Amino acid sequence: MNLNKPTAHEIVDMVGNGKVTAVEVTESCLSRIDEVEPVIRSFIRVDREGALSMAGDIDRRIAAGENPGILAGVPIALKDILSVEGKEITCGSKILQGYTAPYDATVVRKLREAGAVFLGQTNMDEFAMGSSTENSGYWPTGNPWDPTRVPGGSSGGSAAVVAADEAITSLGSDTGGSIRQPAALCGVAGMKPTYGRVSRYGLIAYASSLDQIGPFGKDIEDIALMLEAISGYDPLDSTSAPVEVPRFRDSLVDDIAGMKIGVPRECFVEGMEEGVEEMFRAGLEVFRSLGAEIIEIELPRIPYSVACYYILSTAEASSNLARYDGVQYGVRNREEKSLLSMYESTRKDGFGEEVKRRILLGTYVLSAGYYDAYYAKSLKVRRLIKDDFDRAFSVCDSVVMPTSPCTAFKLGSRMADPLQMYLSDIFTIGVNLAGLPAISINCGFDREDLPVGLQIIAPPFAEGKILRAAYTFERNTEFHKRKPEL
Amino acid sequence: MTTKHRHETNLIFSKKKLYETVIGLEVHVQLKSRTKIFCGCAAGSGGEPNTRVCPICLGFPGVLPVLNRKVLELAVRAGLALNCEVSEFSKFDRKNYFYPDLPKAYQISQFDLPLNGPGYLDLRLEGKTRRIGITRAHLEEDAGKLVHFENDGFSGVDYNRTGVPLLEIVSDPDLRSPREASGYLKAIRSIMRYIDVSDCDMEKGSFRCDANISLRPVGSEKLGVKVEIKNMNSFKGVERAIAYEVERQREALESGEEIIQETRLYNADSQKTFSMRSKEEAHDYRYFPDPDLTPIVLEREWIEGIRSSLPELPDPRGDRFQEQYGLPEYDAGVLTAERQLADYFEAAAALTTKYKTLSNWIMVELLGKLNEADLEIKDSPVSPIQMAGLISLIEKGAISGKIGKQVFAEMFKTGKEAEVVVEEKGLLQISDTGELDRIVEEVISNNPGPVDDYRGGKKQALGFLVGQIMKATRGKANPGLVNQLLRDKLYNP
Repeated sequence: MNLNKPTAHEIVDMVGNGKVTAVEVTESCLSRIDEVEPVIRSFIRVDREGALSMAGDIDRRIAAGENPGILAGVPIALKDILSVEGKEITCGSKILQGYTAPYDATVVRKLREAGAVFLGQTNMDEFAMGSSTENSGYWPTGNPWDPTRVPGGSSGGSAAVVAADEAITSLGSDTGGSIRQPAALCGVAGMKPTYGRVSRYGLIAYASSLDQIGPFGKDIEDIALMLEAISGYDPLDSTSAPVEVPRFRDSLVDDIAGMKIGVPRECFVEGMEEGVEEMFRAGLEVFRSLGAEIIEIELPRIPYSVACYYILSTAEASSNLARYDGVQYGVRNREEKSLLSMYESTRKDGFGEEVKRRILLGTYVLSAGYYDAYYAKSLKVRRLIKDDFDRAFSVCDSVVMPTSPCTAFKLGSRMADPLQMYLSDIFTIGVNLAGLPAISINCGFDREDLPVGLQIIAPPFAEGKILRAAYTFERNTEFHKRKPEL
Repeated sequence: MTTKHRHETNLIFSKKKLYETVIGLEVHVQLKSRTKIFCGCAAGSGGEPNTRVCPICLGFPGVLPVLNRKVLELAVRAGLALNCEVSEFSKFDRKNYFYPDLPKAYQISQFDLPLNGPGYLDLRLEGKTRRIGITRAHLEEDAGKLVHFENDGFSGVDYNRTGVPLLEIVSDPDLRSPREASGYLKAIRSIMRYIDVSDCDMEKGSFRCDANISLRPVGSEKLGVKVEIKNMNSFKGVERAIAYEVERQREALESGEEIIQETRLYNADSQKTFSMRSKEEAHDYRYFPDPDLTPIVLEREWIEGIRSSLPELPDPRGDRFQEQYGLPEYDAGVLTAERQLADYFEAAAALTTKYKTLSNWIMVELLGKLNEADLEIKDSPVSPIQMAGLISLIEKGAISGKIGKQVFAEMFKTGKEAEVVVEEKGLLQISDTGELDRIVEEVISNNPGPVDDYRGGKKQALGFLVGQIMKATRGKANPGLVNQLLRDKLYNP
């Protein structure tokens, strides 16, 4: 039996009732990793020994009659941005090579407690800056649907491992679309929870006011399950919300009759690929046929979201990434004789081009004399974008948009034009600026047989509404069942 | 040309031009919380390098700060004691710069919305009171310390101090002399210690100060170019550094030079200041709101609760001491400078009415002994009750003041009651006329010379005879009685 194929909730059932062991499931995933990694290259590190030892523990606990947790025996891949005690964690960057994390991120601790098995760290754009995983400090990752194409980014590795059945589920992080866009490009489900829903403690910061951890899954039930496992107020994160975590699986109801779904006029932008628009409109028809009411809405400030995002996120990043200075951990250029030259050469060699570009941008917008024109103004625009969504949610239950204006593009085809790459985040960025929850689900395939993503957005802490709409869509379509041939 | 104009022209070229000194101080007070400002590590100073650190204060990838509630309370307490407007809404910002002692390469501080807004301190100095404005008093985290191993040619970093909570108290440019500056510092220190928010130990670095100094022509409203002085490690150092800097600027101005806006370091050995960096080399700190910390939102009621828990502060308490106990201003000032000393006085004063005597005993004997033994008032071996007991023995005439000193020394050494010491050492004053009669007569007959002198009009001879009697009684004789008996017997032999 290919135990790497089932969903997480199926694995939990099978391991729980003794049909299979966690070790067997883990071995299945590990052999799938051996099989496809030479082509996909989505793991930076595979922790074979650690995974089998965690799986062995789960099996022993089950044998001893203990409650092993809601994710018992589920092999999970973690983006290389989450701190795991005793493991090398590099955030996809050369500058952190050799750094061993001395503590567990809160989500990592919660997954341990839920009985998950950690397979290793997945590839990503360096410090989560990018939309294709090509900015990795290691190597590019292939899209399982066509390994000559990108898996999206920045959590490209975490999306690809789920699409390729190397891991049952995975965690990524989303600052401007870094979970949803790769989920769309890899044909899996990926969710960014409400800002504050999941603790950021142990998530290596890119832009603290926008970053949020979230799951990838083969189906919506897995997303709900993972969300239950990782959500909740954390005293170690001042920005985590002291709100109760519902049992998200209760939202998995196949019924959206009467749900009001808003579709922003602004989402039919120039430059959206034909195949994307086609499948997105088809997806809207699916919702309509299931009894939802499709309403045209306006999000007039959405066009400003890209500019606003690239000011705020880079400003925060320029400060967040200042600690990689060669003093305490990671790489240091030791030949340098002065403090200043040590800083300069360590950061020059340690960071990649895109990271340096964003640090420069962020440093500039915070500089004396420019702060008001850029940073302060962007904070105001951010507020207006949030107002746009608030207004929309006064007339609809959720907002639906395409996740990305394009499907998976060829490796290397867009690296020369960073601005074009930034614009491909147009549908996802506003959600981060407004702190909203959103999911990307597979709504079909374009003419090249590449998956297209549909995004469902809800008001803060209304993840349940998203799950219900996504689940209903999934129950009434077959797209999520298609697997890439590898 | 008008007269006025000519007058101005004269002034510009006059070497006798008078300048006014303008000083503003930035004081860093280490708040006395058990743990650091944003993590659970022990605060405080000292210890083996890097033994009080964790991933959070070391700024490891992925960590987040969480504000220590106790620190917030101490900071509000300090703000209220400095008459500041405590803000119901304030926030933390990041101050960005690279230095190895700053693990995140930014310091979490407060920029445009500080916790404590404008306040003031009424500075009493040399009999005058001047109100010194306080611009703000905000929270921030301390940095680590560089340790240089000169023989090995490398430097290390000790992060124990990283994340220790600091309150930065910024004064208005209201101070006018080095004396005022150090007076202001001492007053701040006294208040902070009074309200128990800091130890304010300058030597241990829990009380630090930078000064901004400029000169301007007397009568001018416009501030001159300021120079910041760092690295002053004692009250004397502050006075000397400022005095040096004022002189340096005056000489520069008088010889027609322009003052350059810069930061200068004070060297305590040479007692001079040296340029560290100019305005052009100054950092652009790129302050922006720290997205990892939510704004500090305080309820008025909570703030008022803290205000009502504040003790009486040193100056009002000193005023009360003068009024209630009839003490001279000097005594009241000394006794109220430290809260525990004032408490000591008041505990003893509840048991005696001889307040001035009590004040003398505390200021001279007790403080002297404590100083000798390097003890603080809270560790005094003589309790306020025991001190009052000693004073009552003296008042009753059971022992003389002189014997009292001997008794006090024994009390300080052993912690015994005054009565017990007097009893054990047999120091009870001889007020028995019969016994004294005998001794007086003996002294008179053994010292015919001085007796004759006295009778011949040399009144000073009496002192010698009294001394002889005290010697014979080992100081236990009641001095009043001795004098009386002696005079009687010398006139009526």
